[in-house]
Amino acid sequence: MTVTKYTEDHEYIRVEGDVGVVGISDYAQGQLGDVVFVELPDPGAEYAQGDEAAVVESVKAASEVYAPVGGEVTEANDALAESPGLVNSDPTGEGWFFKLRIADPKDLDQLMSAEDYKDYVKDLD
Amino acid sequence: MRYLPLTDADRRGMLAAIGAAGIDDLFADLPAESAAPELDLPGPKGEMEVERALGALAARNLPAGSVPSFLGAGAYRHHIPASVDHLIQRGEFLTAYTPYQPEIAQGTLQVLFEFQTMVAQVTAMGVANASMYDGATACVEAVMMANRVTRRRKAVLSGGLHPHYRAVAETHARFNDFDLDRADLDPAADEDLAARLDDETACVVVQNPDFLGRIRDFSALADACHDKGALLVVVVTETVSLGLLKPPGEMGADIVAAEGQSLGNGLGFGGPYVGLFATRDRYTRQMPGRLCGQTVDVDGKRGFVLTLATREQHIRREKATSNICTNSGLCALAFTIHLSLLGEAGFRRLARINHANAVRLADRLAAIPGVGLVTDRFFNEFTLRLPVPAAPVIDALAEEGVLGGVPVSRLCPDRPDLADLLLVAATETNTEDDMARFATALEASL
Repeated sequence: MTVTKYTEDHEYIRVEGDVGVVGISDYAQGQLGDVVFVELPDPGAEYAQGDEAAVVESVKAASEVYAPVGGEVTEANDALAESPGLVNSDPTGEGWFFKLRIADPKDLDQLMSAEDYKDYVKDLD
Repeated sequence: MRYLPLTDADRRGMLAAIGAAGIDDLFADLPAESAAPELDLPGPKGEMEVERALGALAARNLPAGSVPSFLGAGAYRHHIPASVDHLIQRGEFLTAYTPYQPEIAQGTLQVLFEFQTMVAQVTAMGVANASMYDGATACVEAVMMANRVTRRRKAVLSGGLHPHYRAVAETHARFNDFDLDRADLDPAADEDLAARLDDETACVVVQNPDFLGRIRDFSALADACHDKGALLVVVVTETVSLGLLKPPGEMGADIVAAEGQSLGNGLGFGGPYVGLFATRDRYTRQMPGRLCGQTVDVDGKRGFVLTLATREQHIRREKATSNICTNSGLCALAFTIHLSLLGEAGFRRLARINHANAVRLADRLAAIPGVGLVTDRFFNEFTLRLPVPAAPVIDALAEEGVLGGVPVSRLCPDRPDLADLLLVAATETNTEDDMARFATALEASL
């Protein structure tokens, strides 16, 4: 069974074994508006929890995307180079950013559950 | 809001609020002699008197346009067609400060787009921005961009890089926390910059032609840089050279930083000038500065807008690619009009004339007993070795009404070993008579 966790900066990480799939939440893509460019990390790059790992650029703003947990990037979603709009149309599916080999599962404990995140964004509106 | 100066009542109110008895209290920390120095100023003068006084001051200058001038070293006197000055003053280009709103500034935006296209063409690069302040700031922006692209923080600077460009890079390095590995200027030998590359090197910065006027092909160095994951930055201080020399893009340059003054812009006591900045397509998002793009409006008509502004400070804040939020719009306009008037064939012809004049002059000066030509391959500027220190010779020539080049010691005061070197530039503005006067005066002064 897969678990998805969220950060206060609106990244999600979907845990699949020892690998996490990272992207930005549906709420985040809605706030950004049309995404026009995503700068992705190279596979092999290593990040500590909270490090800047990617940049998402919309018609309105450019924002950093932080690693929700520490680990090594195993794969980046190259489809976003051609179709950055996937981040808007399917943020938690085809619009994922990169996959990360999770260095320490304890990092996940500091993140919000899907329920908690839903309450968190409700308070933001 | 009223736009009026403060009244005495305003001042009293402010002083009372901070607990000061009078204005003088605010300057209590200054030494008395500095706080109220005696100024020995002349009395008030009428307009004619002021014009006369300032005219007398100006007459003490020796303008490059009034005498045979062979000054270069990063700023070059070229003929600017009178139409350039006329066209840049047309109403289509006269807009308020920050003329970037597409609704009202299509003239300006289209010019910037054309400018970018020209810069990309003459440098043989994929993309160019809407200009920088000048060549030296473009150079350091190239270094900082290389730091971003490679995520490294060290730049290797060629000894042939213009000393002013190096000084600007040093200032930024001090406050932006990156390292410079500076090669020494060596007039006698080729430097081995590839040997300085390591895993920390973000870029190597070279200049072509270099500070002494030497022409090099940096293709092999570009390969060496790329093997180490570093970028090659090529600086050009004389844009006219691009009409004749292999452009940096064909040598494998990743970033080109150039001074565009030579086209459309006079010497003007050192400014304002216009920096050119070009790079490869894949680095567009890491490029500093404004970028103008072509698009279509709601009716499908061609139009121009600023684009990729998310790189910039007003949107990206402290993560912006640069602090530059503007460009040298008027100078870029003059550059664009001048290069349009020349056209490709005219630009190449202008470059050939420059080179031919420089070769003629070099032959003439090198024939003077005791004078040697240091630069083996050059464009429109070369270095001579005099039998005596160059600076006093140049002062003596100025007394004779000849601006005979720039002593290397002017820009490299900490290198007494280079005191006998003289930089001499020749452009299309120099006549046979100019050259003869220079040669005669130089020979007489030695």
